[in-house]
Amino acid sequence: MTTTQYRVIGSRPVRHDGADKVTGKAIYTADTKLPGMLAGFVLRSPHAHARVVSIDTSQAEAMPGVHAVITGADFPNVEDKVADLGEGSVNLSYLSSNCMAQQKVLYRGHAVAAVAATDVHIAEEAAKKIQVEYEVLESVTWVLDAMKEDAPLLHDDLVTDSMGAKAEQPSNVPVHLHFEKGDAAAAFEEADLIVEREFRTATVHQGYIEPHAVVADYNEDGRLRIWTATQGSFTCRQQTAEVLQIPLGNVLVTPCEIGGGFGGKITVYLEPTAALLSKKSGRPVRIAMTRADVFEASGPTPGSFMRVKLGAKSDGTITAGEAWLAYDAGAYPGGMIGPGCMCVFSCYDIEHAVVDGYDVCLNKPKTSAYRAPGATQVAFATEQLVDELAQKLGMCELEIREKNAVKEGSRRVDGPVYPPIGLLECLDALKQSDHWNTPLSGPNRGRGIAAGFWFGCGLKSSAACTVNSDGTINLLEGSTDIGGSRTSIAMQLAEVLGLEAEDINPQVGDTDTAGYTDVTGGSRVTFATGMAAYEAGRDLQQQMRTLAADLWDCSADDISVGEDGSFSAGGKTVGFKELAVELFAAGEHLVGRATVSPECPTNGFGAQIADVEVDPETGKVTVLRYTTIQDAGKAIHPSYVEGQLQGGTVQGIGWALNEEYFYQDDDTMANASFLDYRMPTMLDVPMIDTIIVETGNPDHPYGVRGVGETPIVPPPAALANAIYNATDTRMTELPMSPPKLWKAMQANQTSE
Amino acid sequence: MATVFIPAQLRELSGGLQSVELEARNVRDAVEQLDVMFPGLKERICTDGNISPSLQVSIDSVITSRGMIAKIQPHSEVHFIPAIGGG
Amino acid sequence: MSASKKVHVTTTINKEEIDFLCEPRHSLLEVLRDNLGLTGSKEGCNNGNCGACTVILNGRPVDSCLVLGVEVEGAEIETVEGIACSSKLHPVQECFLEGAALQCGICTPGFLVAAKALLDKDPNASEETIRFDLSGNLCRCAGYDKIVRAVQAAGQQMNAEA
Repeated sequence: MTTTQYRVIGSRPVRHDGADKVTGKAIYTADTKLPGMLAGFVLRSPHAHARVVSIDTSQAEAMPGVHAVITGADFPNVEDKVADLGEGSVNLSYLSSNCMAQQKVLYRGHAVAAVAATDVHIAEEAAKKIQVEYEVLESVTWVLDAMKEDAPLLHDDLVTDSMGAKAEQPSNVPVHLHFEKGDAAAAFEEADLIVEREFRTATVHQGYIEPHAVVADYNEDGRLRIWTATQGSFTCRQQTAEVLQIPLGNVLVTPCEIGGGFGGKITVYLEPTAALLSKKSGRPVRIAMTRADVFEASGPTPGSFMRVKLGAKSDGTITAGEAWLAYDAGAYPGGMIGPGCMCVFSCYDIEHAVVDGYDVCLNKPKTSAYRAPGATQVAFATEQLVDELAQKLGMCELEIREKNAVKEGSRRVDGPVYPPIGLLECLDALKQSDHWNTPLSGPNRGRGIAAGFWFGCGLKSSAACTVNSDGTINLLEGSTDIGGSRTSIAMQLAEVLGLEAEDINPQVGDTDTAGYTDVTGGSRVTFATGMAAYEAGRDLQQQMRTLAADLWDCSADDISVGEDGSFSAGGKTVGFKELAVELFAAGEHLVGRATVSPECPTNGFGAQIADVEVDPETGKVTVLRYTTIQDAGKAIHPSYVEGQLQGGTVQGIGWALNEEYFYQDDDTMANASFLDYRMPTMLDVPMIDTIIVETGNPDHPYGVRGVGETPIVPPPAALANAIYNATDTRMTELPMSPPKLWKAMQANQTSE
Repeated sequence: MATVFIPAQLRELSGGLQSVELEARNVRDAVEQLDVMFPGLKERICTDGNISPSLQVSIDSVITSRGMIAKIQPHSEVHFIPAIGGG
Repeated sequence: MSASKKVHVTTTINKEEIDFLCEPRHSLLEVLRDNLGLTGSKEGCNNGNCGACTVILNGRPVDSCLVLGVEVEGAEIETVEGIACSSKLHPVQECFLEGAALQCGICTPGFLVAAKALLDKDPNASEETIRFDLSGNLCRCAGYDKIVRAVQAAGQQMNAEA
């Protein structure tokens, strides 16, 4: 546990952008208005899989008020080049075809044309006049069906890559991954107890409340300005430039306030289309998705099929693991199967394990990251099997986790060993918690626990701080702020300089003004951009020592900087502000800067407890009480850490109990609205209690670990374990919605 | 000597060997040596002379962004693992 | 259907009499955002499912995407822009800030308006009532916990100030 006393870190200041956000003044992309701006509308495929035979836009173009119509033919040809986007890479031809279909549409909602007109209603009417002739093809939306030899092929030239070895025949499986550690087969032979089950999970959506939106202004000089809702302005700039085949430096991306992302606002969908409409019309163009577009044509997260097996000794030591995982990639390759494979056994020290994973293309929108992408699915499987082992061995479910939990030095199935981590500390906090120590009683009630893990990454971040004449600071950074990160970054700068959070004016810069910064994702912003702000503060202090040496007529080496940010030499001590004012008056202008690229995963572990009551008549699950525990390393702003824990948990509860893409017989989505998709409302969840564990990350100056993603990992498993304890019914399919649970309970009673 | 782990999917090239000990300055050096020991290995993990975009290199549990030029220390442990993103 | 003749509407928004022209098909949300520049009300779904566009219409919270612009002739409307009094934030705004009850902020205007409508009626609203009354407002970031607590705290503050 960290014991250092901080002044600012660990306090709970009001966020810097707070007043703007409670008064309606904060400007999101759809609030942006430029002179002469047109409204765009995207025409989308009604079919899950079809060849585009012809497109006739003449009637639309002839409509009064219409200024531009584009189709796939307006997009430049991009080669099969793979672009590194900082956090992951992308094949540009796939990215381009996903923005606007070329010869084929691969999912319902796939864009085929777009219109810019004086208002959105005219644009929509014009789009309906575009004649698209389709040749409908056979489609597939279930992952195991898509893997069959006779499955309809989405891409004629796609072959399976097994770490560089290419298959000869085309298929819908772009990637096969395989991991081995020790000798799993032998370990299963020697195991005293083996449990094995198959699990299925539905496609789910991040469900951010703000639909994707963009404003593009293609200037006459070739400069393209974009205002958009993105998790990463620099990756948005790169993707847009690559798809349009224009120089990177010609594109300026200004990130507006962003209404949620959770991994779904990293890929570009609308930016190239809006840019081309703007270029063709000579006017700025704004496009906003409808909610149905968001469900059908952005990037939900994979549905999956999983077969997982665990072997244990009679003392509860888990000795063997085996997993066979198939995840939806969606219409184009590049799903979440890698982290799925790497997370399936990430919480347990299993000596012998083998994992196979398949990325599978099918006629759903291209999948995207969603908070700890790929980890929630496998936790649903593994954490239930761990419970089952405990039950069959007569052990407590907490005890078996403590016995097998990974710790420093444990080797992962993909090879690397863990540095110091906090899973055992989280399990200990669970054991000590009021929730765990309060018995649950009553009929049809049950308690379940589960652990969870997400890597958390570093990547690149930059920060610059300009000192004002009064000693306050303007902080410029490049991380789009989705949940209060301006403040958690500013607090770290305030701490190092001995200032208050309110002395810092943090600002999220655009791609022309901020230093290169990777996406707001991977639980990395408070960790890495916070580190950049800290280093920028250190840079300022170095400069100030040098300048103060002249002022004080001593050597810079004689000046020390205290923990409180004060400068001391020869018995004299002054605070940051005082020295900054003095230096400014002496004609010195100060700008501190830093760019960091931390490479250590921050290794976020958590554990959760769920109490449920199941209605035996309907299968409806009521969550009675919930506790989320997480190792934050060090919580910079505890309220917003709690917020991440609570928000991720409730998303996980939705994933567990209700959310799913319903596919109809023609492989189109039946429930592309909030009403029918039915995310949790206030009435569906209780208060979410949080316990923040602080084990201190040695790779960060203040010990921060990322916290944004892990909280979504345990809920489906914790709730499934609670449901089992309430009903004696083991749920192996998500969501555990009333009809599914009711049927499973009926089947369970019949079999008894 | 550094320990370089052979990914399970490439052990068909290494005759089942799970790891090798070698002295290498950096990842490029290690990959070249591996390719001599196990011909064809480099082609499987590299694209255009660099680590394939779908992979990343872990050295002593640190995910390096430096690819082929990342330094390897005498007692380092090196893994080639899938690239991962985040939400 | 093509654009039809615009209709002249006179209404009161945030205590100020305002008139505008709108097509019969334009929703109140479109009028607020596009005609009047009141972009604090947000569009999350445009079909009454998310509550991000909540305004108070003649004393009742409504989804402004489900109201036509032409329907508000003679009405009294309150939007998020009108909640604060001069430069002083309303207790519900203060409590959202103090209680960190917002993350991305896109649902916040709708919650604030819906919460104010509830607290104006019943500052002592129980947790159950709050959850029931605000269940038409979706938040995807915060998990509701801090929002419920902020609304409770605002009610207490309103009582104390009354």
